[in-house]
Amino acid sequence: MNSIPTFLELKKLSREKATAGSNTYTTFIMGDCATQHLATAIKGYAAYDAISMTVFDADYDMVDALTIDSNSILYTCNPDFVLVYLCTEKLLEKFQNSKDKESFAETEYERIASYWSSISDHIHTSILQFSFVEYSDGVFGNYAFKTTESFLFQVRKLNYLLSVGASSRGNVYIVDLNQIALQFGMGDFLDTRLYYSAKMPVSLKCLPYLAKNTIDVISAIIGKTKKCLITDLDNTLWGGVIGDDGIQGIQIGDLGSGHAFEDLQRWILSLKERGIILCVCSKNDEEVAKEPFIKHPEMVLSLEDISVFVANWEDKATNIRKIQQTLNIGMDSIVFLDDNPFERNLVRSMIPEVTIPELPEDPAMYVNFLRSLNLFETASYSEADKERTKQYQAEMSRVSAQQKFESYDDYLQDLCMTAEVHEFDEFHVPRIAQLTQRSNQFNLRTVRCSEEDIRRLIEDPGFITRYFMLEDKYGSHGLISIVILKEENKDDLFIYNWLMSCRVLKRGMEAFVINTIVDLARSGGYKRVIGEYIKTPKNNMVANIYEEFGFGKIDDTHFELVVDDYLPKGNFIKTE
Amino acid sequence: MSRQDITVKLQEIFREVFYDDNLEISEDMTAAAVEEWDSLNHLTLIATIEDEFSMKFTLDQVMGMKNVGEMINVIEKALQ
Repeated sequence: MNSIPTFLELKKLSREKATAGSNTYTTFIMGDCATQHLATAIKGYAAYDAISMTVFDADYDMVDALTIDSNSILYTCNPDFVLVYLCTEKLLEKFQNSKDKESFAETEYERIASYWSSISDHIHTSILQFSFVEYSDGVFGNYAFKTTESFLFQVRKLNYLLSVGASSRGNVYIVDLNQIALQFGMGDFLDTRLYYSAKMPVSLKCLPYLAKNTIDVISAIIGKTKKCLITDLDNTLWGGVIGDDGIQGIQIGDLGSGHAFEDLQRWILSLKERGIILCVCSKNDEEVAKEPFIKHPEMVLSLEDISVFVANWEDKATNIRKIQQTLNIGMDSIVFLDDNPFERNLVRSMIPEVTIPELPEDPAMYVNFLRSLNLFETASYSEADKERTKQYQAEMSRVSAQQKFESYDDYLQDLCMTAEVHEFDEFHVPRIAQLTQRSNQFNLRTVRCSEEDIRRLIEDPGFITRYFMLEDKYGSHGLISIVILKEENKDDLFIYNWLMSCRVLKRGMEAFVINTIVDLARSGGYKRVIGEYIKTPKNNMVANIYEEFGFGKIDDTHFELVVDDYLPKGNFIKTE
Repeated sequence: MSRQDITVKLQEIFREVFYDDNLEISEDMTAAAVEEWDSLNHLTLIATIEDEFSMKFTLDQVMGMKNVGEMINVIEKALQ
């Protein structure tokens, strides 16, 4: 288990003043158990993760009243996140009083789903629901596993129903309390004395982990996620040193402690399949470093899995900077794995934004340790995630091709780019929502949208939506930009949201999108297009984009373009 | 650990939990005498003491201890 702040430390953090200037989020906590300590821990953990957050803690056991009453504080305070904590202890009491034990889980699920619906009908928010801790009441012994009338059977079924329910609702996220309880074991996780004296089920020792997981989920929803894993090779991906031990001597697969390294590679491969970009950063000669990937029969990872492979004798901080620039992602979205404490400390001191786990000394502990850190939280998952590695590799081919051309325009022309432009459709809702959550740099207003939000926009006649896909001779970039336009009045069309994946910068896509926006405005009969730039710590690259494309300044953040005066901007992108 | 040692350690815990570096505890001190000693902080206090002394209070003790002296009695007994 990794170490995180104790409850007492979180309590102290929760008293510190929120950092001014940045976005402040509001979280509303309600439950059928006492949630004051949890609220304190969550507030403290948000501060620990540098997220500015106000926490409202509802009175004890008020979930029904708060969700039914349209004028309740839950709805008037309009929180960004609503956390619902229904505890297993209360559930067991209900179960014991229930006449119809066989349909207990369904009945309870209906109740919880009605909370979700009621909240979603009243306010525009993300709902975080704690899963139930699955423990047996000891009435049926092991037979509980196979009888529908046991508490264990019903609580497991209820968790399953929560999974199914949440998977079809874009704005409902589960914080998996049961997983945390499993990591600690019931004896440490629950504290019955706290429950009997104060209606608080979880021990103060474990409460920080509830807070951590809650903040992890919130971070993912607001776009703070890890996108890339950079790994060392010797004694990290395999046992031994390839330069000294040679291909027969390194431990991977059956040799020595090779199984531990094989397991780590399998885990890393699963991350890649989920959409995490893999890179290698190793102090080695490149040829020597690549040999196991090409020749060793028991290697799980192959060169095709690695987006950027860096093996040389420069220091690792420099190499990580190079990888980061190639991928064009934030330093804070990178995780770096290395068995060597010296290298870890060096990188940590040079690039503090990179996440660097303190790998245990024994490779046997690697995978379990890394799993317990919950580094790769996400708020969405789409088909496009699986294609990401291919896209980054195609990008590498483009970069090397670029060097052959006399001028950049020659290069762009040679790429044979074609774009597709469509209105938002149901199939692309997950990818569109994900882009709004993840894009930080090329993002004019940083409006984060859940899948539900996107569906609402599609239905709303006041909005015009378009997504853009780009393809060139090296392959498809997939869906890389979206535009949401809002009718302000019959003359003015407002660019409510425009963002673009940084993968396609400097291809003329910006010009192509602006041309499209103006075309849409013209055919809708609008006279002006209004753009706004909302500054964040990360989107400086688009601070002047409207002016660069001929918009006039209205004030510091607003820009206007007269449709009739606009001349389409040149680019090398054709439409399908 | 002597009663004296327990009291010294306990005072440190009180100061940490109640954010008061000058807090002086005494055997007859009750929750009413410390501004921040409410039912919520009581649980934090209990958990911190348990951690520090590697012992456990019973439910009765969690709910029933009337003053610092009783707390020291319980800790002393648990450490024997």
